[in-house]
Amino acid sequence: MSADTTSGPRFGETPILELKNVHKAFGPKQVLCGVDLSVRAGQSLVIIGGSGTGKSVTIKCALGLLRPDKGEVFFDGLPATTRKAMDALRRRTGMLFQGGALFDSLSVWENVSFALLHRDGVGRGEAKKRAIEALAKVRLGPSTADLRTAELSGGMQKRVALARAIIAKPDLIFFDEPTTGLDPITADAVNDLIVAQVKALGAAAVTITHDMASVRKIADEVAMLHEGRIIWRGPAADIDQSGSDYIDQFVHGRAEGPIQPAL
Amino acid sequence: MTSSAPFAAARAPRANPFQLIGRTVLAALREIGRIAVFWGRVLLACVTPTIYVREFLRQCLKIGFYSMPVVGLTAVFIGAALALNIYTGGSRFNAEQFVPNIVVLGISRELGPTLAGLMLAGRVSAGIAAEIGAMRVTEQIDALLTLSTKPERYLYAPRVLAAIITLPILVVVTDIIGVMGGYLVSVGSLNFNGDTYLRNTWQFVTNNDIVSGLIKAAVFGAIIALMGCYQGDRSKGGAGGVGRAATLAVVGAAVLILASNYVMTSIFVRIGL
Ligand SMILES: Nc1ncnc2c1ncn2[C@@H]1O[C@H](COP(=O)(O)OP(=O)(O)OP(=O)(O)O)[C@@H](O)[C@H]1O
Ligand SMILES: [Mg+2]
Repeated sequence: MSADTTSGPRFGETPILELKNVHKAFGPKQVLCGVDLSVRAGQSLVIIGGSGTGKSVTIKCALGLLRPDKGEVFFDGLPATTRKAMDALRRRTGMLFQGGALFDSLSVWENVSFALLHRDGVGRGEAKKRAIEALAKVRLGPSTADLRTAELSGGMQKRVALARAIIAKPDLIFFDEPTTGLDPITADAVNDLIVAQVKALGAAAVTITHDMASVRKIADEVAMLHEGRIIWRGPAADIDQSGSDYIDQFVHGRAEGPIQPAL
Repeated sequence: MTSSAPFAAARAPRANPFQLIGRTVLAALREIGRIAVFWGRVLLACVTPTIYVREFLRQCLKIGFYSMPVVGLTAVFIGAALALNIYTGGSRFNAEQFVPNIVVLGISRELGPTLAGLMLAGRVSAGIAAEIGAMRVTEQIDALLTLSTKPERYLYAPRVLAAIITLPILVVVTDIIGVMGGYLVSVGSLNFNGDTYLRNTWQFVTNNDIVSGLIKAAVFGAIIALMGCYQGDRSKGGAGGVGRAATLAVVGAAVLILASNYVMTSIFVRIGL
């Protein structure tokens, strides 16, 4: 556990999101055993870690989609234990699911503007206009707006889901593998988009990715999840001199090293 | 409790029969409790704002309108078969002339709502369970939550309300078509006079016959949609889980329809409805 969990007052004072000692098991399988994580407003945190180590589970615990067995989630300094606190958290949060999770009974624009239509009470005309704007940010043309989600390619679905996550200008955004399945040009555009969300809107972002180019571009800080804990956390600039064999192995993508697949 | 069960069984190879009974009973009670909580939450969402009108109308179309052919076909054949049976049975004590009366009574009070309910348990309950189940395993329900929308409001309540409202309408259709089925057989092959048949039917049937059937229909509608939503919501583990949810929804809805039908009938008999 490298020191840097409280990295100076460059960002907001109290973390907008904080996970303390979160444990989660599925049956006999212990996935998270004591995750501590915090992110401040205006900060972009990237979580890396091997496949199946529980990165997606971590952010689902943060959003209350999974109930931690032990440990607590704080949002804006307050414990998100009550229903009301969790509602407040979700209202100010956007989430990009790893699999997209688009509503297949709705059209693309209705998916993108879902929160506007059903939560914020925006009219359908206005909502569609804003959906088309959000689609443009992820490099999708207005002609996609009226398609069904089943008519989209995998990468297009991912981008529609991304547009849905950011349209309501949330204060905290979770991106679960935003660039997987995208061509390098679109991936770069998506990275720019994430940076813009954080820099221009002052949002906090928690991104899960395996893409080191993406890490270098969007991360202020990097945290590595391994065997149910955050084993290293530090500024993105330090990942090449982290002094951690785990990080080194991950950054250089070597099969040989301390990280071995659980067999 | 659940996770320790396999280990307990492994330590004591010959499981104590009382343990087994106890475990089964507890599991059944837990399931009943879960169903009750789920149904309570959904029914509360049905009667408190906000109602998603667009979703509701879409479900009315899907559950009600598109079920017309199924219940229509069921009704015409059942009405016809019923007339034949009553005719041959009635002829044993020279009571053939009661065919129209008994056909309309049987259809409006019992066969209309029960058969429409059972047909829709197959068509609608399975459909809802599969759709919701697919949404569950593809994380669409989680996505809904992150967008601050409660699935019981946006997904379940519109389906339940639509089923409660459209099932009685479908049963009115079933009643009419069922009587027509009896009429066609009676006039076509049993030498009844058409005018007399319809007049007898019309004079015999009471408001109570119709209303009791419609109350049953509304209850069956609630059961069908709630069961589909409940099993869909609980499904996990990919396509297999979704298939299992659909099966469980149909079986559960059918059993509950028949059981509640008996309970309601005995209440109606007691209060004279
Ligand atoms: N609903 C669930 N039920 C049972 N086990 C689960 C469930 N969700 C996740 N797991 C288990 O938890 C572990 C972590 O899963 P998770 O999806 O968080 O991995 P991940 O780190 O996001 O991996 P990837 O990079 O491949 O997406 C996996 O081993 C998985 O088997
Ligand atoms: Mg994942």
